[in-house]
Amino acid sequence: MRRGETIFALLGAAGLIAAAIAAPWLRFVLTVALAKGIAVLGILLLLRAGQVSFGHALYIAFGAYTVAFLAPALPDAFLLLVIAALGSTLLGAIVGLFVSRYREIFFGMLNLALSMVFYSLLEKLYTITRGTDGIRVNTLSLFGISPERAGYEWAIFAIALILALGLGAFARLYLASPMGQALAAIKTRETRLEFMGVPARRILLAAYILSALMGGIGGALIAMTTRHVTPLLAYWTASGELVFIAILGGAGGVLGPFLGAVAYELVRIYAAATVADMWQLILGAVLLLVILFAPGGLWAMLAAALRKRAA
Amino acid sequence: MAGWFEENGLLLGLALLDGLASAGLIFLVAVGLNLVFGVLRIINVAHGSLYAIGAYAAASLGMFLAARGLPDWAALPALLAAAVLVGILLGPPIERLLLRRIYLQEQVVQLLVTFALFMILEDVQKLVWGVQPVHHDTALKLLGTVDVPFGADVIPFTAYQLFLLPGIAVLTLVGLAWFLRRTLMGRIIVAVTSDREAASAMGIDAARVFLLTFSFGAGLAALGGALSSPTAALVPGIGAQTIVLSFAVVATAGLGQIEGAALTSLMMGLGRSIAVYFEPELEVVVPYIIMVAVLLVRPQGLFGVTETRRV
Repeated sequence: MRRGETIFALLGAAGLIAAAIAAPWLRFVLTVALAKGIAVLGILLLLRAGQVSFGHALYIAFGAYTVAFLAPALPDAFLLLVIAALGSTLLGAIVGLFVSRYREIFFGMLNLALSMVFYSLLEKLYTITRGTDGIRVNTLSLFGISPERAGYEWAIFAIALILALGLGAFARLYLASPMGQALAAIKTRETRLEFMGVPARRILLAAYILSALMGGIGGALIAMTTRHVTPLLAYWTASGELVFIAILGGAGGVLGPFLGAVAYELVRIYAAATVADMWQLILGAVLLLVILFAPGGLWAMLAAALRKRAA
Repeated sequence: MAGWFEENGLLLGLALLDGLASAGLIFLVAVGLNLVFGVLRIINVAHGSLYAIGAYAAASLGMFLAARGLPDWAALPALLAAAVLVGILLGPPIERLLLRRIYLQEQVVQLLVTFALFMILEDVQKLVWGVQPVHHDTALKLLGTVDVPFGADVIPFTAYQLFLLPGIAVLTLVGLAWFLRRTLMGRIIVAVTSDREAASAMGIDAARVFLLTFSFGAGLAALGGALSSPTAALVPGIGAQTIVLSFAVVATAGLGQIEGAALTSLMMGLGRSIAVYFEPELEVVVPYIIMVAVLLVRPQGLFGVTETRRV
């Protein structure tokens, strides 16, 4: 299965590139999907420990607003990505020190509360954030080159794809490492982990900081793609969406988040185009069907199909 | 200090009265959420949608009765009738068809099933009642206003918000405490809450208890919504706002605590309305600040009981 995953990731990447060449509007959708997939990868790490954050939109919004705030002074996409990543890592470390003491419902609710505080600040501090109007992000330069529109979009798409592959590979290594294995033990029986001398809180904190980093990168990429940020990025429903994508794609493997994100964005765009008033209803129904009838998500379905072919 | 009070005393009085009324509403919704969590062990994300549907149903029923030429006083029982209707019509199907399938699943799956339900109900609500504000305040006008003496001044305040809202909340608190501790059915519910398996082994029909509790909790959410409907215009999104506030109350009070939920609702209601009058930017943030502050000191909530660690 290990080799299968790599081959499938490369095939998937090739498929995404082909789709982006074939239909320019898909390039936009797929870039957003990749960005969300990166953020969901962080959710996946926490899910391994059995913890659900209903507040990771905080890091997406933080990354996105970092880009929006600094873009006028510092219009370089790479620099902004690095700053957004470092900033959200720092924020994740501070918040993580606090929330890693809590488990299950309390963990989820505290994350929710902090993201809602951030949302309210973004919405109410009009003079700084321009409230619900949001902030426009201009086209950025890359290494001093300012490409025209199509070139810029291609560049962000390529960055998102490379980061998705890189972070996906990293997450897989991380989950297989002792730190990653200990995460799964937090889920099954934390007390025993501590009897073995493994500090469960620090294991969870490390995963939390990584998830914040991935959220920040995802948010920065979203700001660079949609080029408009609003407080809604931090609203709790956006956090719910991330967990939704994690379960839709399947929490069993690192490809799950990206499968889920692409499927989610496509269903959403399609539903919004055909039945504008009911896209939420359709997404909700899809989620219910997946949970009730395909509990492993899309990745498990795919993996089962591949195994059958191999046998 | 004395000078400040002379200047802002009336504003503070108004804030206290407003806070009391909104605390009553918050309590009704939060205690329903808490009760459902206590028995079913599921955090119902769609609880806020039931609140919103209760509010819209009450407004519709009120308008329908008025159009039929019924006297104005019919608006008051209509509020209660709408809540009962929502509890009976939506509670049992949701529990039977959806929640019953996931009692043995992981927490993240349970959260997401109710999140999917939230998404579906949000759109259903928009389809049925549209996105234009709905307003029907016969019940509020019916009871008139009362001059509340405050120091040397009087504050005119609606009797509906002054007596009815806090009154019903107190009645619910006392009634619920009596029901759970003094009646057989109530004690059965408490038994299922503390140990589902042992209660079932004693011959308690847990499935029935789940069904009744969920429907009752749904009814409480709808009652909160119905009672709020005369005081404010109804717009899409009130469900999403309400549920995060109730989460904050439940987590702050401690899981399964009824009196704790009452006290916390009071703190958050007052805190929020004081913020509205003095620092409007902070209004939405206050509940979360209270929650984070409480959980920093008492990780299991104000009245929560620490669970024994399993080895």
